[in-house]
Amino acid sequence: MWIYLLKRVFLAVAITVIAVTLVFMMIHAVPGDPAVALLGPRATPEMIAHLHREMGLDKPLAVQIVIFFEGLLQGNLGFDVLSQRPVADIIFEQLPYTIELIFVSILWAVAIAVPLGCYSAMRRNSVIDQIVAIMAVATIAIPSFVMAVYALLIFAVTLHWLPAVGAGQGFLDGLVHLILPAFAVGIGWVGYISRLVRASMMEILGENHVRMARSFGISEWRIVLHYALPLAILPTVTILGVGIAWLLSSAVFIEVVFARPGIGALIVQAVNTRNYAVVIGAVLVTTVVTVLATTASDLIAASLDPRTREKL
Amino acid sequence: MSALVSVRDLCVRFRTMGPLKALATGTNAPFIDAVCSVSFEIHKGETLALVGESGSGKSTVARTMIGLQRAVSGSISFDGQELTDLSAVERKPYLRRMAMTFQDPIGSLSPRLTVRSILTEPFRIHGLKDRDLGAEATRLLRMVGLPADFVGRYPHQLSGGQARRVSVARALALNPDLIIADEPTAGLDVSVQGEVLNLLTRLQDELGIAILIITHNLNVVRHITDRMAIMYLGRFIEVGTTQSIFHQPSHPYTEALLAANPEPDPDAVLNRIELKGEVPSVMYRPSGCEFHTRCRYAQDRICGRVAPPSSVSLQDPEHSFRCHFPLSSKSLTC
Amino acid sequence: MASLEALRGETGPELAPGSFRKTVRQLRKNRLGVLGAALVAIVFASAIFAPIIITHDPTRIMVGPRLADPSLLFLLGTDQLGRDTFSRVMMGGRVPLLVAFASLGSSLAAGLVLGLIAGFGPRWLDNLLLLLFDTIRSFPGIIFALAIIGLLGPSLASMIFVIAITSMPIYARVVRTQTEALRNSEYIAAERTLGAGTMRILAVHVLPNVIGPLLILVSMDVPAVIAVEAGLSFLGLGVRPPTPDWGAILNDGYNYIQQTPWLVVGGGIPIVLATLGFTFLGEALRDMFDPKLRKDL
Repeated sequence: MWIYLLKRVFLAVAITVIAVTLVFMMIHAVPGDPAVALLGPRATPEMIAHLHREMGLDKPLAVQIVIFFEGLLQGNLGFDVLSQRPVADIIFEQLPYTIELIFVSILWAVAIAVPLGCYSAMRRNSVIDQIVAIMAVATIAIPSFVMAVYALLIFAVTLHWLPAVGAGQGFLDGLVHLILPAFAVGIGWVGYISRLVRASMMEILGENHVRMARSFGISEWRIVLHYALPLAILPTVTILGVGIAWLLSSAVFIEVVFARPGIGALIVQAVNTRNYAVVIGAVLVTTVVTVLATTASDLIAASLDPRTREKL
Repeated sequence: MSALVSVRDLCVRFRTMGPLKALATGTNAPFIDAVCSVSFEIHKGETLALVGESGSGKSTVARTMIGLQRAVSGSISFDGQELTDLSAVERKPYLRRMAMTFQDPIGSLSPRLTVRSILTEPFRIHGLKDRDLGAEATRLLRMVGLPADFVGRYPHQLSGGQARRVSVARALALNPDLIIADEPTAGLDVSVQGEVLNLLTRLQDELGIAILIITHNLNVVRHITDRMAIMYLGRFIEVGTTQSIFHQPSHPYTEALLAANPEPDPDAVLNRIELKGEVPSVMYRPSGCEFHTRCRYAQDRICGRVAPPSSVSLQDPEHSFRCHFPLSSKSLTC
Repeated sequence: MASLEALRGETGPELAPGSFRKTVRQLRKNRLGVLGAALVAIVFASAIFAPIIITHDPTRIMVGPRLADPSLLFLLGTDQLGRDTFSRVMMGGRVPLLVAFASLGSSLAAGLVLGLIAGFGPRWLDNLLLLLFDTIRSFPGIIFALAIIGLLGPSLASMIFVIAITSMPIYARVVRTQTEALRNSEYIAAERTLGAGTMRILAVHVLPNVIGPLLILVSMDVPAVIAVEAGLSFLGLGVRPPTPDWGAILNDGYNYIQQTPWLVVGGGIPIVLATLGFTFLGEALRDMFDPKLRKDL
């Protein structure tokens, strides 16, 4: 067990290091000088040289990477020359908005999807089950940003029911501003999780201990809620860890569409202004979040499933 | 008569864990000895059987001979050529002269190839493109008694017996001197088992092929083999002519195996000898004579402490065994 | 009710519905597959025959009506530059399809080769490649794509490159898992005893067994790639204007959403239809050929 844990943690660190190194190498493999891109065509050689020093670009690539990792160990993600602020400040200012969006989205998606999945599993092939099945495939397939633009068109622009853009002021207003973005991010997950719950629920309902309970005359709803659900929910828990990358990706689009602050909007803006310091910082932070989430979900899955636990 | 194959002190090891894990758990021997100093010979046109329970290492011996496994030490010489230190390329010409059939009759045939492709694979592998491959396939099918229109079938469309015949046909494709048959009767109905065995003996008579049979079916051994070797935990515990061993087993384990074998004669008196306990794991080998934990004749003062040397039967110099208290006491310790 | 459920339990969950219901279910599945195939056919046909179908030059900026509503002259109205939306939508499917096939094709090839090497090669190489796959996989997809495109500059080539790189590890892993399972099978051992070399074993005996599930997996990724392409174009990081592209049209519509809904409709509906069509078709293909293939791998 400890060896497995150690291995996973080592792997997570290794992946992060490789990821950052790859991004660094890519930046330097690309033709064009980031300083020139930043300063524009009218920059003097002195200005460029000065910026090079400031960005650390005058040193060899390996030295730059080492310096970056040294800073990283002290919680320093680099310095943004453009806004003259540490990258970490910029990122951790935006991160809460994204986390809030992801959290609310997944919360409502799970709240809807789990009962839906249970119902589908109990009434297999009923009309509702079939409708849910088709809707699930459809909502998974349709890109979240298309969903977002249409939601914006219908509920904000045409009907004026909900605010269109921004994150709002205060708790209640913020919540109202979250409705449309959270809908667009979460709708695909409703489909996915309901399918997942349905499949694992059906598997469990066919198992012997459930049939045994049924033969005692325990009601079907009680069986589903008390015996099967705690087991059927497990795949969902583990998939959420892996799904964090997917959630982050859709957050990028949703934040742009609804003009919300957040890490996604930040990256898009940084890419458009060729602000490499912020891009590297954001890629690093999101990669670490993803690696942590997948490692955690792997460990949870491994400790819950006796078959994988034995192999540890 | 010179030996076609001569195996000397063959040892095969398997790793049980990676070097890092071994270091972390403090295991100083992260491997098991699947085969421990096994020696035997096979002569031209002869049939030898390796007999033993599952996990006794008999398949490993075969797989090492044909190059699927590496030997840790010992030698395998084929027609005078040492095989253990050959590279894959250097070994290839010798693979033309020996062939192997596997336990799973259908699983050992490539599932997406037709019988024709399967049978002509050997020719293509060894670059014999000048042959008429279609004709070769029909010739091979005829040799094993299958109709020629089987060429278009896929492995999953064959019965176990038919698939076994196809794998025998493939083994015969390049006119080998030696066929290694790993459990040739596994997974087959009794009537089909008989057909396959008759096929093997017939082909041996016609073509003069040497056969190494790996089996735990003693009826197979009795009917078609000249000599046999009994394996226990990766060692030979008794070797000799089939006749001599069936007539007078020397090792208590052999005695128990023979007693457990159902007799074809309904009037025969059944006196089974039950082996006590389970087969010990090769990871934790018993001390002394490795069979002493299950032996009904074992005496603590010697069997649990001293490994028995190889002894030769007085009546039959080809019959040897490893036991402190052989059943036929007329023996000589060497 | 309870007794009926108990009875179902007896026969196992999958056998429970009667044969009539089973047929209905399969029909529904097939109907979706047929619908998907039809949608895919429409998407392909409109992309291929777009030059014949279109009523206006999709890139010509007209002095006439801007952001016009649909009319007989402009079937889906015009955009902010007076260009005909219908013609742009018809031509706009070419880029997503090109990106999907170019990127998935190259990532299929790369995944196949690397997966075979990982599954059949020495243990250390396997571990090294797995580390590489896991590294690429743990980049949050779109954010990684944004970073690379930001570096390479937005273009068709960088889009194809990014998508190919990010989808490769999944294919490589599937190939590796299958190859490793085959590696220990008896028929591969049998081939070795005949003297077959590794290349021959891979080409003749492993590849045909791996390629089927892989192709189904790839076909199920087509809608995701179309979505990513549209998303990148929506963010202005796809093909350069004035090349028509669904995502770019949707972005124009988003920018002028207060003035007209028609651009959003024209840009978004084709994306929805294409992703739905490829999804239904992919699911039907999987159900038909390989029902056991796991969805999430």
